Amino acid sequence: MYDFAYHKPATLADAVKLLAADPDAKAISGGHTLIPALKLRLNRPSALVDLSGIAEMKGIRREGDALVIGALARHVEVAENAEVKAAIPALAYLAAHIGDVQVRNRGTIGGSLANNDPAADYPAAVLGLGATLHTSKRKIAADDFFLGMFTTALEPDEILVAVSFPIPERAGYAKMKNPASRYVMAGAFVSKGPMGVRVAINGAGPCVFRQAAMEAALAANWSPEAVAAIKQDPEGLNSDIHGSAEYRAHLVTVMAKRAVAAAG
Amino acid sequence: MNVVTPFEGIGARVKRKEDLRFLSGRGQYTDDINRPGQTYAFILRSPHAHARIAGIDTSRAAAMPGVVGVFTSADLAGIGGLPCGWQIHNKDGTPMAEPKHPVLAEGKVRHVGDPVAVVVAETRAQARDAAEAITVDYEVLPAVASMAAALAPGAPLVHEGVPGNICYDWHIGDAAAVEAAFARAAHRVTFETTNNRLVPNAMEPRCAVGEYDAATGEHTLYTTSQNPHVIRLLMGAFVLNIPEAKLRVVAPDVGGGFGSKIYHYAEEAIVTWAAARLGRPVKWTADRTEAFMSDAHGRDHVTRAELALDAEGRFLALKVSTRANMGAYLSTFAPCVPTYLYATLLAGVYTTPAIYAEVKAVFTNTVPVDAYRGAGRPEATFLLERLVDVAARQCGFDRVELRRKNFIRPEQFPYQTPVALQYDSGNYHATLDQALAAADWAGFEARRAEAKARGRLRGIGPSTYIEACGIAPSAVVGSLGARAGLYEVGTIRVHPTGSVTVLTGAHSHGQGHETTFAQLVADKLGVPIAKVEVVHGDTAKVPFGMGTYGSRSLAVGGSAMDRAMDKIIAKGKKIAAHLMEASVEDIEFERGIFRVAGTDKAKSLAEISLAAYVPHNYPIEELEPGLEETAFYDPKNFTYPGGCHVAEVEIEPETGRVHLVNFTAVDDVGRVINPMIVEGQVQGGVAQGVGQALLEGCVYDEEGQLLSGSMLDYAMPRADDLAPVSVATHTTLCTHNPLGVKGCGEVGAIGAPPAVINAVVDALRDWGVTHIEMPATPQKIWSIIQGRTR
Repeated sequence: MYDFAYHKPATLADAVKLLAADPDAKAISGGHTLIPALKLRLNRPSALVDLSGIAEMKGIRREGDALVIGALARHVEVAENAEVKAAIPALAYLAAHIGDVQVRNRGTIGGSLANNDPAADYPAAVLGLGATLHTSKRKIAADDFFLGMFTTALEPDEILVAVSFPIPERAGYAKMKNPASRYVMAGAFVSKGPMGVRVAINGAGPCVFRQAAMEAALAANWSPEAVAAIKQDPEGLNSDIHGSAEYRAHLVTVMAKRAVAAAG
Repeated sequence: MNVVTPFEGIGARVKRKEDLRFLSGRGQYTDDINRPGQTYAFILRSPHAHARIAGIDTSRAAAMPGVVGVFTSADLAGIGGLPCGWQIHNKDGTPMAEPKHPVLAEGKVRHVGDPVAVVVAETRAQARDAAEAITVDYEVLPAVASMAAALAPGAPLVHEGVPGNICYDWHIGDAAAVEAAFARAAHRVTFETTNNRLVPNAMEPRCAVGEYDAATGEHTLYTTSQNPHVIRLLMGAFVLNIPEAKLRVVAPDVGGGFGSKIYHYAEEAIVTWAAARLGRPVKWTADRTEAFMSDAHGRDHVTRAELALDAEGRFLALKVSTRANMGAYLSTFAPCVPTYLYATLLAGVYTTPAIYAEVKAVFTNTVPVDAYRGAGRPEATFLLERLVDVAARQCGFDRVELRRKNFIRPEQFPYQTPVALQYDSGNYHATLDQALAAADWAGFEARRAEAKARGRLRGIGPSTYIEACGIAPSAVVGSLGARAGLYEVGTIRVHPTGSVTVLTGAHSHGQGHETTFAQLVADKLGVPIAKVEVVHGDTAKVPFGMGTYGSRSLAVGGSAMDRAMDKIIAKGKKIAAHLMEASVEDIEFERGIFRVAGTDKAKSLAEISLAAYVPHNYPIEELEPGLEETAFYDPKNFTYPGGCHVAEVEIEPETGRVHLVNFTAVDDVGRVINPMIVEGQVQGGVAQGVGQALLEGCVYDEEGQLLSGSMLDYAMPRADDLAPVSVATHTTLCTHNPLGVKGCGEVGAIGAPPAVINAVVDALRDWGVTHIEMPATPQKIWSIIQGRTR
C-alpha cells in the first residue's frame, strides 16, 4: 500500500473535522473493503480517519418501536445480539451469513452501508425494512440513501452514525452466493410491517432496489406463491462469468420466494 | 537395546511427526528466511497478453528511494532461457517446436504476467513503488487467448518461428486397427469435452531468496520447490552457468505444491543472478495476484473421442483427438503431460484392444500450462469415465455392468495395453464391488425418490480409474523424450548410538514424509520413529534427488531407502558376525536385532553401529568403519494405483446449485504404510477433484485478460462444498518395487471429477441432459435445463 497519515479521533465532531479538512482522506471502520483495496494499490488516500474509537457510533438498543444499531456494530454483534434476534430475527440471520468468521468479527454495518457494494448484504435489510439512517448531519430514509453502485447520499464529510430499523411483523432474507467470492449474486429481503410491504433486491443489480411488482403481489397475498410467478426484468442487471443478467433475474424470483417462506 | 515398537512400522496409524511444528507456527518456509543485508525484488509484469516492447525506460525507477538495481533482459546477456525437460516428436519424427523461454521478456510479451523487468530495493514497498515508475512502451498485438483462436487460419503467432502456433502434432497407437474395428462395430459413441483449465493455488505462494558469497564463489537459492536438485541442475547448467559444486538449492518447508512448484521459474534465476550482481541477498515473494498469473496452470484440453462397441457392449476400439494448451511458453515438463501422462492412460481399466490417439499441443497468449495434481491422468480418466457413461446410456447398457464386462480381469496381469503401458497388478472388480457396497448403490433409487419429494434432483455417479505413477523408469522415459533420469536417492545414516538420519531426494510439501519414511525405518531397522530424522530439500545435505511429483516419493524414494537399508543390514551382519564370532551366513536380522541363527546370541543395531564408529574390536581389514549407505533406485515400471469412486449429488432445480451429499473412495494404492496419511491424501485429492468438477475454472477473455484472476472470481473448494469422504483401500501389491507400494497422492484428483459429473448428469437424466462440462456451476446447470421439459 501507499503511505498515508493515520488519525484516530475520539469524537464524531473531530472525525468530521478531519474529513472536512482533507478531501483525500477516507474514513475507515472495520476495513474489510478498504484495506484489501489499499494492499492492491487500488486506492490512494492521503489519510485514514479511524472511526473505531467513537463512542456515539457504538451500541445496539431498542428505542420504542425501533431497533437502533450503531454504525460501528460488527456483524458478529448484530448476529448474536438478543434484542436483534428477538425483534428482527431476519436481520440477525443476515448478519450471521455475511462473509466468514473473520469478516464478521471485523466488518461493521456502517462500513458496509457507506460502501454500498452491490453484492453486500446489509443494504437489502436497510431498504427492505425501510430503515432510517442517522448521520453526523441529518436523518436519511433508506429509499433516499442508496444512489448507485458504491454510491450513497453521504457527503464526503458526512459520517453514518446509526441505523434505526422499524420492527416489522415479519421479515425474511434469502440469497444465492457467488460460488467464488461468496458475495451475494442475488438476494431478497422482504418485510411486512409499519413501513408496509417491502421487497429489496441486492446482488442482482448495480445497486440494491425495491421490486414493486412483488411488493404489490405480497400486499395482496403474503405467500411464496404470490411472488413465484413474478419475473424480474433482466435489463440493467449485473452480468459476469458467474451469473448472466438473465440468470440473476431468475434468481431474484427464487430468492424472493425463499425469503417470504423464511419470513413465515 | 533398541526394542521394536511394532505399532510404528508399516501399516501403523502414526500421528504425523511434522504436525507439531506446522500447527504451532514453527514451520520454516522460504519467506521465513531472511539473510543479512537482504534486499527485495519486485517483478514488473506485462498487463497485455501480447505486445511488442518498443522500449523500456528504467531511469526514473533507478533514482527512486531505496533502489539498488533495476534490470531488464538487456542486463541478462549471456543468460540462457528457461529449459524444457521433455522433448516430444511429431508424427513425422521431427522434434517439437521449442521456442526460447526468456527469464525476462525479450522484445515481446506473450501473456498477462510475463516478467518484463525487476526492481531490487531495500524494502518490498520501495521496489514496488519504483516498478510503477518504469515506463514500458508496448505496441499491443492481437492475442490468441484460446486454442480455437490460436488454430484459426491466419491467427497471430505467439512465437514468430512457430507456424500455426503448433508446438507438436503427436500420436500413439494403431490407427489402422482402430479403423478396422470401427468398421465392424455394432455401436459407435462420440463424445466431446473440454477439460477445464485450473489454477493450482497452493496455500503458500512461491518465494525465492538468492544469496552469493563472493569469498567462496558459492551461490545459494532458497526456493519453494518440490525438487531442489532438479532446480540446481536446470538453473545451474542451462540458465546461469553455475557449476553444481558452487550452487546450493534449499527447499525448506513448502506449503503445498500440487505440481506447480516442480518447475524452474524465472524468479529463481532472477534472485540468484541479482544476488551475485548486487553482492546482497535478494528476496522475492509472490502475492496471490502474481500467483494467478505466473504459477503454471493445469489441464486445458479439448477432446473428441469415439468408442466402438460390439453388440454385447465389449469395447472394440477407441479413437481420441486432443488439443492441449501449452500457454505462451513451454514450462519444464509441459510437453509430456498431454502425451505420455495422458494418451498412454486411455486404456483405463478396460481391455479395449485397439486405441489410437493424436494430440496437438498449441501455444496461446496465456500462462504456461504444466502438470497439476494427476497431470494428464485426470484428463484421460475424465474422458474415459464420462465416455463409458455416455455409451451405456446411448446403447442401453447398465453403466456398472458395462464397466464390469470390459474390465481387465485379475488373472490377466501383467496386462499389456495397446498404448505402451504394462500394468503389473490390480483388481478392478474388487474395488468396484467394495465401493458400490460402501456407497449403497443398490439403495440409491429410494434415496432419489425421497429427494424428489423434497424438490431435489438426486444423482449417483461411478468412476473406475487407473493411473500410472511412481514416475519413472529412466530408460523408458528417456526413450520417450525425457531429458533426465527419474530414479530416486536415499541415504541411511545410522549414528553411533543407533539413531538414524534419513536423507532423501524426495521432498515433502504436505505429504507427511517425515512420518511415513520414519515408519519404513522403524519397520525394517527397528528404530523408534522418535529416533529417526528425515532430511530433505537441501542439495548440500542430500546426495541427489529428482523430487516429489507423480506420486513417486514412496514408490521410488521409499524403495531407494529400502535398498540403502538392505546395505546397512548386510554391513551390520558382517560386523555382528565379527563381534559374535560367527559366520556371516549364520547372522539373521529382524527389526533391530542381529542374531546368530539357532542361538541366543544377539546384538542390537545400536551395539553394531557403536562398534562401527568405535572400531576397537572390528574387522578393519575387510570393512570400513561407519554405518551409512546410499542407494539410487531406478524403478522397473510405473506403478498403477486404481480404484472406484462413487459420488452422490443433489441439485436444486430452481437455482442449478449442486450439493455433493456423499463421496465414497475405494482405492488400491498398494501396500499402505500409514492409513491415516493415505486417507488424508485421498481426501485432499478428492477435494481438488470436486473443485475441478463443480467450482474451478480459469477464464480468459478474448484479449487474453485473466478474468478469474483472484479468489473473488476463481472458486476454490471450501469445507461446505464437500461432503464426508469415505475412504477405504483394497490392496494388491505392486510387483516390482521392494515395498509393494503404488502411491496415493493423485488418486483423488484423478478419480473424483468424472464420478461427480456422472452423478450430476444422472441427476438430470429425466431432463434429457447427456453431458455437462466442468465446472458444473449453478448458472451452467440452470441454463442447460432452461426450456427442457421432463
